[in-house]
Amino acid sequence: MIVTLIDYGAGNVTSVARPLRRLGAEVRLTNQPQEIASATSLILPGVGHCAALLHSLDAHSLREPLLAAIARGTPFLGICLGLQALYRRCEEAPAIPGLGVFPGEVNLLPHHVKLPHMGWNQLRSIRTTRLLDGISPDASFYFAHSYAAPAGGAETAATCTHGDEFTAVLECNRIFGVQFHPEKSGAPGAKLLENFLRLAA
Amino acid sequence: MTLARRILPCLDTDGARVVKGVHFEGLRDAGDPIELAARYNAEGADELVVLDIAAARDNRPTFLETIRRVAEQLSIPLTAGGGIRSLEDARSVVRAGADKVTVNTAAVEHPELITELSREFGAQAVVLAIDAKRENDCWQVRVRGGRATTTWNAQDWARRGVELGAGEILLTSVDRDGTQSGFDLPLTAAISRSVSVPVIASGGAKLPQHFLEVFTEGSADAALAASIFHDKVQSIRALKSFLQSQGVSVRLPC
Repeated sequence: MIVTLIDYGAGNVTSVARPLRRLGAEVRLTNQPQEIASATSLILPGVGHCAALLHSLDAHSLREPLLAAIARGTPFLGICLGLQALYRRCEEAPAIPGLGVFPGEVNLLPHHVKLPHMGWNQLRSIRTTRLLDGISPDASFYFAHSYAAPAGGAETAATCTHGDEFTAVLECNRIFGVQFHPEKSGAPGAKLLENFLRLAA
Repeated sequence: MTLARRILPCLDTDGARVVKGVHFEGLRDAGDPIELAARYNAEGADELVVLDIAAARDNRPTFLETIRRVAEQLSIPLTAGGGIRSLEDARSVVRAGADKVTVNTAAVEHPELITELSREFGAQAVVLAIDAKRENDCWQVRVRGGRATTTWNAQDWARRGVELGAGEILLTSVDRDGTQSGFDLPLTAAISRSVSVPVIASGGAKLPQHFLEVFTEGSADAALAASIFHDKVQSIRALKSFLQSQGVSVRLPC
């Protein structure tokens, strides 16, 4: 099982690569368009600022091959900013278009709660998703973000609430995304990554 | 389904070993950071904090190696700090495997460092550590391990730090640190009410009741302790069960 991790510079790719390797996957880190084009499965991890991620994708000419791979049905998992980047636009980076795979906009969570939404929170299932196979509905996952994708989309499989309800897990064909950090979410996070590897195999 | 209050064990290290001492004096060995990290990861710690309290000395490569080896043990977030004076210092700590960095003295001396770190890593990765000591009817910010005074009032500095880009405050009561007499509740509540970001309370923890109080009266989002966990005075699992029984939302690992 080979999984290609998109290393756009800012994401903490090492912490995502480690549990994948523990699960027996061969992990390839890349920022090369041709390697994304030939990948059999893709993970876009992200942490930090959405503009940095989108800008870096463009600077390395990765936007086109990534969108083409997703359109071809290459299994894709976006983590945190990697989920947010799938939407049309992010309020955090209004000048740079998102990947636009999904139509919604990623907006700042409400001000009446503490931001960033930082720590362990639980999910509300909207519909069955293969990513959460074998994971307790009570499981907690580690979140660290201030912006979030809308909850109502057809892609939304599970939501989380912090001030507002937002998309925490998405699944659409072979496109997957999680707003939390499975690589930092203990045993349930490792199980989720294992589920993705199995789906992508 | 609400955000869980977090319990954070802290490893104070001299670079290579975990040490303990009151107010940075009379340090004694308290264990191997790698073994403790693995234990806390398994026991249900919500994050781990690793600080280099000997950071002024020339053991930086040793500390970075410790972070690398600790990170390998963890499937929870890792915060590292102590002696971070520049963007380059922070980069090396993040490259070694830390998810967040703490800044303290250097941020007081060069507040723009907070903004630089926040631009590079995102606010969620920048933890402003504030050591506060009661002076009459307010709290004064201390630096250099609590020994040096500043002109900052703790609430004002916390607010300023958040404006500059800090995503979390690690608040240590210099008065309570090492006393095991409970967290400084008025200080924690005052800071928590002053800022829009999560606040980690530190200094004075011993009993489960202390944690309950800091999450309720103190309005803390997270609570940090060191020796009571290292010395097995308090188990994280038992502490969380107690908090849950008292109506506090915590994460109980499956």
